[in-house]
Formats: sequence, structure tokens, C-alpha cells
Amino acid sequence: MTAGVRAVARIVARDDGRGGTALPVLDSDGPLALRRTRASGAEARVVVVGAMSGPLGGDHFTVEADVEPGARLRVGSAAATIALPGQSKGEARYDVRLSVADGAELHWLPEQLISARGSDLYVTTRVDVGAGGRLVLREEQVLGRVGEEPGRLTSRLSVRVADRVVLDQELACGPGAPGGWDGPAGLGGHRAVGQLLVVRPEFDETPVTARVLGEHAAVMPLAGPAALVSAVAPDALRLRRLLDEALELLDSVN
Amino acid sequence: MSRAALLVLADGRFPAGGHAHSGGAEEAVKAGRITGAASLEEFCRGRLHTAGLVAASLAAAAAVGVDAVALDAAADARTASPALRVAARKLGRQLMRAARATWPSGELDELARRFPKGAHQPVVLGVAARAAGLGAVEAAYCAAYESVSGPASATVRLLSLDPFDATGVLARLAPTVDLVVDRAVEAGRRVVGGGVEELPAGAAPLLEIGAEVHAAWAVRLFAS
Repeated sequence: MTAGVRAVARIVARDDGRGGTALPVLDSDGPLALRRTRASGAEARVVVVGAMSGPLGGDHFTVEADVEPGARLRVGSAAATIALPGQSKGEARYDVRLSVADGAELHWLPEQLISARGSDLYVTTRVDVGAGGRLVLREEQVLGRVGEEPGRLTSRLSVRVADRVVLDQELACGPGAPGGWDGPAGLGGHRAVGQLLVVRPEFDETPVTARVLGEHAAVMPLAGPAALVSAVAPDALRLRRLLDEALELLDSVN
Repeated sequence: MSRAALLVLADGRFPAGGHAHSGGAEEAVKAGRITGAASLEEFCRGRLHTAGLVAASLAAAAAVGVDAVALDAAADARTASPALRVAARKLGRQLMRAARATWPSGELDELARRFPKGAHQPVVLGVAARAAGLGAVEAAYCAAYESVSGPASATVRLLSLDPFDATGVLARLAPTVDLVVDRAVEAGRRVVGGGVEELPAGAAPLLEIGAEVHAAWAVRLFAS
């Protein structure tokens, strides 16, 4: 029996005092390779490159990013992450830990997470945003590759702003998930589900207006200076289109 | 503990305003996702494992005396849809009125003072259960059962579904209600030492999106 892979990748973004953002820590680990790409203005950019496929059953990946006061960071990924069954039985874990200090900004925009048949992945994303911090975070889950049955996927997202939890929700789907996950209350047969979370201090004064985007997406102000866009779609492409449209809307209105 | 108090609290005729809410069934019927007994059952099963489990855990934690303010904030964080937060507080306020008249208690008075516009209904339910001399298990049963009985009886009106079929759905879900209550009570008790992070956080995407779609309608039969 093989133990899974343990990997912890870390990013620290710091205001460089010259109008830019430095990355004093950029630690890749095993399958999680981090690459700095060309900056845009004050914003540093990092791409997570999956040097191996995974996570597989038994693996435990962690990605941590700390954005310090005044720093601006944008993180993306080079390709979708595919959860696959492993040789060792048991679930894989993927933990994301983000902190955004007062006056800092983070765009966390990875590509989709695809849950392949037979996989079993538990994802936790915990974000801590300081009082004046700004965040755009996107999460997209795709159940199965084209025409494939999905694996089991559980994803918990909790977000704290100025020490108050504004969002704590868990989505469970795939074989073995509690019943009804694909029914008329859950995904209703859709194979792509996503969320876009936006935290901005100005939402305290002028909260986002709740609004429906088509039949299967909604912009929802949370109890705090944050808004969540929740969407389901038949596939990854249409899901991305919905979330992009929602972000444009939030940018134009507020 | 009076077991009969549970029947009073769980009775659909208890004047707490629940009959005006469909638990998302009205939107799901209009959208064609609930078309009969089978899809109603799937809807209820999904609701029970997500919103139902969360509500039952909140009620159980409130029933064992966990700080209601912390529980109410945890309920907010677990309810992304503003339409559902509003509905939960409205229902909480109505339940508060009925519970204070039925089982006068200092704890209910205190909760009403802290949340003049209403606390989340499951939190009020847990405190009301305490006032009625009931415990975490009974509070969780009320919340879990309500999470499916509401949509079932609404669907009878919305689809002219045979009431026997709707009741059959509830009977088939009963073992799952038992299971959800067990998990809820365990979670509710863990909150005492471990804080509100111990509460389940299951969410159902189409329940939340559907609640926003429903709130945008000009004419509705049900409030949510």
C-alpha cells in the first residue's frame, strides 16, 4: 500500500515600497509548481503549474497564499485540476488557505476542478480577509470528463472578513454523496457548478443588489461586505461564461 | 420532559406561519424540476441533507443552550441567498410570537430582545424547544421534519398532487430524517466545546438560486 503524496506550496506577496508587489516566498512542492509570470502594474502574478496529474486517492495537497498589507496578487493555474482515483484507497485532500490583509488584494482564479470517475476528493478553502482587504475568488467544479460519471467530490468554502464568518458552505456531489445531490434541489442534472466570491470594503456602505442571471445563476449579497455568485450549467464552458458575465456586472455596478 | 409538547411544537397547525412557505417547491414546480411524487421525493431528500441538516443542527445546538447570537451568525454564513435569510428571519419572528405565548420563558424574551426583526427560525425553534422542556433530539426532529413536510404539503397545492402520494413521500423519507437527526444532534453537541465551525454547512445550489428566482417574481402563491 502506497501512502499518498504530501505537498505544501506557499506564496507570500508583499508591497515592495516602489508601487509593485514582491514575492519573498514562492515555494513549489512536488506536484505543485509555482511560476511567477509578468506583473501587471502593482499586481504580481503567479501560475500554479500541475507538474503531475492529481490529486490521486490518498494525496494531500495544500496551497497557502498570504497577501500582506498593500500587496496585490493574482493567482491562476495553467490547466484544470483533475481528481483521479489512486492506488491507495481513501480520499484525497486539497486544502487552500488564503489570507488577504487590510489594504491588500487577491484574485484567486484557478481553472476548473474536474472530478473523474472513481475519484474521491475533499477540498477545503479557507479565506481570511482583513477589514479593508479585497478578494475575487472563483471555484468551478466539473463532474466527470466528457460523458464520464463523476467521482465523489466534497468542497467546503469558508470566508471570514474582519473576523466575521460571512460564508461557510459545503457542496457534496457524486456517488456516495448524501442523496438528492443531483436532484431538483441540488444540481438538477447539471454537470458544472461554480461560485464567484467578491469581497470589497465598499460593499459595507453600498451592498450588491441581489439579481438573477438567467435561470441558473444568481448574484447574492452576503451578510457582510461580500457577494457570492452561484451558478450551475450543463458544462464548464457555459459555467465560465456565466461567472465572467457576473463579474463584469459587479465591476460595472459597484 | 413532556413528550406531548413535541407534538404541539411539531404540529402543522402550530401558529408559526410555516404554511405560507413552500421551501423552494413553488419555484421548482414552475421550473419543471418537480413534476410528481418521485421528483418531489428527490427534491426533499436533497433539501433534507443540506438545509434540513443545517437547520436541525442549529436547533439542536440552541436546545442545549449554545449562545443564540453565535448560532444566528452561523446560520447567516450558511445561507448565501438573501431571500432565504429574510424568509428564515420572518419565520423566526412568527415562531417567536407563538412560542412566547405558548411557553413563556426568560430565554425566549431575551432572544426576542436581541433580534427584534427575528432570528433564524431554527435558532428560535431550539430555544422554544428548551422553553417547552424538550431537548436537542426533539428540536432536531422538528427542524428536519419541517424541512421536508413544508415542500410536500406545498406541492399538494401547487401540482394538485394526491395528498396520499405526498404523505407517502414523507413516510419513505422517515428513515433518512432519523439519520439526519442523529448527525444533527451529534454536531449540535460538539458545538458546545468546539464552536459553531462544528455545524454542518451543506448547501444545495438550486435551492439558493431558485430562492432568488422566486423572490424576483411579481406574483407568488408562497412567500418562499
